[in-house]
Amino acid sequence: MAANNNSEIRYLTPPTVDVKKKKYCRFKKSGIKFIDYKDPEFLKKFLNEQGKILPRRITGTSLKFQHRVAQAVKRARHLALLPYVTDLMK
Amino acid sequence: MNNYETVFILTPVLSDNQMKEAVEKFKDVLKAEGSEIVNEEHWGLRKLAYPIQKKSTGFYTLIEFKSEPAVIAKLETQFRRDERVLRFLTFRQDKNFAEYAAKRRNKSTKKD
Repeated sequence: MAANNNSEIRYLTPPTVDVKKKKYCRFKKSGIKFIDYKDPEFLKKFLNEQGKILPRRITGTSLKFQHRVAQAVKRARHLALLPYVTDLMK
Repeated sequence: MNNYETVFILTPVLSDNQMKEAVEKFKDVLKAEGSEIVNEEHWGLRKLAYPIQKKSTGFYTLIEFKSEPAVIAKLETQFRRDERVLRFLTFRQDKNFAEYAAKRRNKSTKKD
């Protein structure tokens, strides 16, 4: 009785277990050696809407390059290329 | 002789020739100290991300040059003393910074 109950249960959509996407450091992969503090467009990929720096667990960058990104963002902010705080920047 | 790179923002209030004259002044300071200017870029009038000294736009200029370390102190005092400069930032180009700058330079020459 219990057995076919299990098979009776039909899900409308198959239960998707989200396969954990392997995060990679885009700098190591594309071989970028230096992060330029002068082009804000590139740095914007590492900022959220408020203009805050995204953490490594979300962008997946390695520690060495995360330091460089943070340093470049702070330099760009000093030069008013990037805002310190804003809303809906993207 | 290290290579350096400096970016500074001039106040938008200036007229065009005052702007050029200000940029020339800093270049002369460098030349007087025997440094060699490698590249110079004018990004023109750009909107600032946040107002500096009540102004929301500024005239950006980038100068890449080779010079002795002692020259930088003189250059920076010039920047501080000149009230037309809103903000300035000077860096020494290390190995891959210089490679990157060289790549950027011939990329830009290809463009324009």
